[in-house]
Amino acid sequence: MSKTKIDRTPLSGAESVAQAMRQINPEVVAAYPITPQTGIMHAFTAFVNDGDVDTEMIRVESEHSAMSATLGASAAGVRAITATSSNGLALMHEIVYIAASTRLPIVMPVVNRALSGPINIHCDHSDTMAERDSGWVQIYCENNQEAYEMTLLAIRLAEHKDILLPVMVCQDGFITSHGVEGVKLYKDSIVKKFLGKYKPKHPLLDTKNPITIGPLDFYDYYFEHKRQQSEAIHNVRKVFPKLVKEFKKISGKDYGFIESYMMDDAKEAIVVMSSSAGTTKEVVDRLRKEGRKVGMVKIRMFRPFPISEIKEVLKGVDIVAVLDRVESFGAVGGPLFNEIRSSLYDYNNKPKIVNYVFGLGGRSYTPELGRQVFDEISKDKNSKDYEHNLVRYLVVRN
Amino acid sequence: MSKKLKNWKEIPIGGLIVEPGNSKEYLTGDWRTFRPVHIPEKCINCMICWVNCPDSSILSKNGNFDKFDYDHCKGCGICANSCPVKAIEMKPEVDFDE
Repeated sequence: MSKTKIDRTPLSGAESVAQAMRQINPEVVAAYPITPQTGIMHAFTAFVNDGDVDTEMIRVESEHSAMSATLGASAAGVRAITATSSNGLALMHEIVYIAASTRLPIVMPVVNRALSGPINIHCDHSDTMAERDSGWVQIYCENNQEAYEMTLLAIRLAEHKDILLPVMVCQDGFITSHGVEGVKLYKDSIVKKFLGKYKPKHPLLDTKNPITIGPLDFYDYYFEHKRQQSEAIHNVRKVFPKLVKEFKKISGKDYGFIESYMMDDAKEAIVVMSSSAGTTKEVVDRLRKEGRKVGMVKIRMFRPFPISEIKEVLKGVDIVAVLDRVESFGAVGGPLFNEIRSSLYDYNNKPKIVNYVFGLGGRSYTPELGRQVFDEISKDKNSKDYEHNLVRYLVVRN
Repeated sequence: MSKKLKNWKEIPIGGLIVEPGNSKEYLTGDWRTFRPVHIPEKCINCMICWVNCPDSSILSKNGNFDKFDYDHCKGCGICANSCPVKAIEMKPEVDFDE
């Protein structure tokens, strides 16, 4: 018998998140099935059935109810989780805003899937990008390991006294959620120690200290509450690095708001999120072998937006291609493009910047397409009229 | 209303109300567009207005009509409408100086 020690477990992205949820052992999980999120709840409900967790699993009649039940449980004062995709998230929309404004530390893994219509089950970011102004923290994961670890970190982040906001942990539908990789799971006892116990400040079920949640709030105080919310999400900028430092004792990893890859001397760069970052790293490796000074920036946290890191990493770059896995109809380019372009506005020597809308409805982003982007921006670098072709489609048949 | 409003750092997060029995602190009088005015010469102290007021804004003294609680009266006019002797008149707020 071989004595080789294997420290990785073959898991899909969905199963990786379910493992994190098993270790979190939330008091309440409410969910409604939707492809491709179903993989998470498929695995997690097996843990419930087998008695591996103490969770009360609520099988609701819709995603609107799933988010409502999760909100109710969180308001009562316990850890509560739900998960969804695409139109399920769209159906939650009303309560998604209420969860954030009521300052409830709900964690929601989202498996990114294109919004209807026409109906489509595959990956793009139209579902979570539609919630980008909802007041939730948004983390986008590149692979299964990251999805596992970010789900754990999200619990601590959401529950931090200076934040108290819900967190979405996003992964790409099918590409990540159904792709199996070796995932290093940390020991239950170590993870449980890191997570600690949730101690809510104002639980609804504390009958000795009665409170009202969700009362009427008019022109005299509503604005002040929005100002608090804004402060809270920006506090993530201070708290996340501290949590990462603490988690590093377990994971050994330095997770930033962004991840830069070969950016030290890069003159041309792609900015991208989620699984496409992995593909782009491969492209960068190949082009570096050919002597080209290319690099990649992955946006790990989209909300709050890492403006200072972006300004720093893109300094000295000649041209940037921002890849948006969503179309923002009627806008000039996708949401990521607009954030990055706005971040660079104050620079005198700002890089040229173009936008590629790609991968809609699950269309593949291949290393060949990544190379095509680098080849195109390499030519645009010396062009004066690249701005006439600011937003491109990678690739739509003409 | 004249109550000093707190700033965003002084209030509980998320719109929470963290102590019970504080609805009287919420002054709804400034919602009013019509103000009920009492006409003592006509009033027979039947207290039907006191029974019908949805905001407990008719204040009584020794079982008789005393005054309106203008901090909380929303000006719905139910008192004037239910008064059998028309001893309450609804007047536009713009007619008052303060």
